Amino acid sequence: MPAPALGGASAAPGATTGSRGEGRGSPRRSRLSLVGASVVMFVRVMRANLLTLVGFILTVLIVVTAAAVALVPAIGDLFHLSLSVLPYPPNQLFTGPVFSPPSPAHLFGTDSVGRDLFSRVLSALPIDLGIGVSIAGFSVLLGGSLGLIAGYWDRPWTLGGVQSLVIMRVTDVFLSVPSLILALAISEVLGRGTVQSELAVMATWWPYYVRLTRGEVLAIKNQPYIVAARAAGVSDGRILFRHVLRNLLEPLLVYFTMDIGTVIVTYSTISYIGIGVPPSIPEWGNMIQAYQDNLVTQPWLVGSVAAAIFVTVLAFSLLGDGLRDILDPRSRRILAASAPGQGGTKLAAASPGGSDS
Amino acid sequence: MGRSPSDLIVFVGKRILQVIPVLFGVVTLTFLFTHLATQNPCATWLGAKATKSALKDCRVYFGLDYPPWVQYERYLAGLVSGNWGVDTLYHSPVLSTILSHFPETLELVLASVVLMVVVGIPLGVVAAASGGRVGDHLVRLFYLSGWATPTYLAGAVLAIGVGSAIGLGTGDFSSTPSFPQPTHMSVLDALLAGNIPATGDAIAHLILPATALAFVNMGIATRMTRSSMLEVLPLDFVKTARMKGLSEFAVLYKHALRNALITTTTVLAVTAGGMIASTVVIEQVFQWPGVGQYAYAAIFDNDFSGVIGVVIFFSVVVVLANLIADVLYGILDPRVEWR
Repeated sequence: MPAPALGGASAAPGATTGSRGEGRGSPRRSRLSLVGASVVMFVRVMRANLLTLVGFILTVLIVVTAAAVALVPAIGDLFHLSLSVLPYPPNQLFTGPVFSPPSPAHLFGTDSVGRDLFSRVLSALPIDLGIGVSIAGFSVLLGGSLGLIAGYWDRPWTLGGVQSLVIMRVTDVFLSVPSLILALAISEVLGRGTVQSELAVMATWWPYYVRLTRGEVLAIKNQPYIVAARAAGVSDGRILFRHVLRNLLEPLLVYFTMDIGTVIVTYSTISYIGIGVPPSIPEWGNMIQAYQDNLVTQPWLVGSVAAAIFVTVLAFSLLGDGLRDILDPRSRRILAASAPGQGGTKLAAASPGGSDS
Repeated sequence: MGRSPSDLIVFVGKRILQVIPVLFGVVTLTFLFTHLATQNPCATWLGAKATKSALKDCRVYFGLDYPPWVQYERYLAGLVSGNWGVDTLYHSPVLSTILSHFPETLELVLASVVLMVVVGIPLGVVAAASGGRVGDHLVRLFYLSGWATPTYLAGAVLAIGVGSAIGLGTGDFSSTPSFPQPTHMSVLDALLAGNIPATGDAIAHLILPATALAFVNMGIATRMTRSSMLEVLPLDFVKTARMKGLSEFAVLYKHALRNALITTTTVLAVTAGGMIASTVVIEQVFQWPGVGQYAYAAIFDNDFSGVIGVVIFFSVVVVLANLIADVLYGILDPRVEWR
């Protein structure tokens, strides 16, 4: 449990902050009750909004499955056992009859060379999810820090102002180039392959985060509590990390969650076109490409891959959409107060616009 | 107020001037990624078995053996003079090929925008009007499903599944119509020629790719309409309209929606620019003869000049769409001063 440890650490700094800490009573107890209160609040919000609950459960299932698919063989290797959660190796031919429709032996059926679709779809999950999380995560870190810098130090005619101007102009340029097209062009130069196309998407994905973060920082940094902290002589670094960053977590986390799905869609498009993950490794985009000609005659092939993409992206979108309501203290209180059954949120869910995928 | 027609010229002129540095940046960015990201793209294109002399020929042909600044100078000079290089496959100039394919792509994008307006905006109104109840959740589920569907999947299902079921398979666009084609947009050309059966045929071919493109982006129109309606609905003038005894339809669509549409229109213009990227996939799946298909072919044939041309062209379209959105917002919202 990290919460009590954190409480202890924050009580450690000397006399200046000590008096504020004592006002709240024992840090250990207040932190614990805070955790309890958040859990209660979380449960209430989830009950108030059914779709968020669905998104949350699906996301947990997806992440656990992906971890099991990826980690169980690795753990098996340690003990020299061949363990796997998949019923068949994803590339093994003739595990059953060719083009067998879904059955208990082959949950999603088999393809033209008798490979088990269920195993193939599941074995692609860690790849696609990993790519989604890594690209979105890289973008949060790079775009977020650039946005923080550009938003916080932006007084004109200073070094910070120039720096901010340069960052924003470069961001504008990147935002003008459709990321799918730029990613295609970059992978054209870097060569085809999983890593190359992942780098290409990474290079095009961060700019939206700069704009988002900078906008939030500009809105936050003139709030009275920041001005007060500055007047009290708190250093810039401390204001950034303790006050500004804390307020950025909510919008960034919401956008990051929804973005994982968008990245998966964009990246699998590159694979679908044929310059991402090579066909020898099962990945959702290249599987759709391989199976689309059998769409009418053997619909379970495209159907099961499509369902996997759809459920994954939808889960992250629903969770992200709901997280916005949960993390915002005002709407959280309204949601928790509204009894389940009387309906969910009535708040305007103005969201960041879609990215151009 | 600063909203006289002469102020409008200044307003538009200023925005056009702001576009120029962005375009310059886009061109430079494309250069950095295509010329400097790797030392030797020829090695990638020609494969591992390429001979030394073939590699050298390739580098000489694309001018890659000059120092970077000379390459940049030649690249800029080429772009400005309209010489965007020659296609390696058909040996035709890149710029004129792109421009000759553009009307088809524009037709596709415009048709999707029409669909998004006709379907997406009313859905947003329905969602806002039933805020938090079943209708709201259903609409949210609908646009999130569009969001969760990759373009290629919507395209494949509509082209191969639905298209073959209703007898509109892909690939039958090659026959040249007998009437003149001044605009190169199939529906518009047929209408101008007064050929009703041909118009119907053109619409029938357009509807599936446009639906695929629109479905994936539907959420943007619906979501924006919903959130701006939610902002407008509690305002006094809406209450007044209700108190006057106007029908719910008149209140929602004539009073509230008019005010909510300002942001939605702007966002739609931006989205139309963004959709151009998706045409690469949609046009390939439906064999639609536009810029997207050219881009696909260029990437697959390792056509260096073609790829650069397509990236720059698509970026210019996006920048122009953003410019149009900006100007539209200024015109539609009476609170924006033009000076």
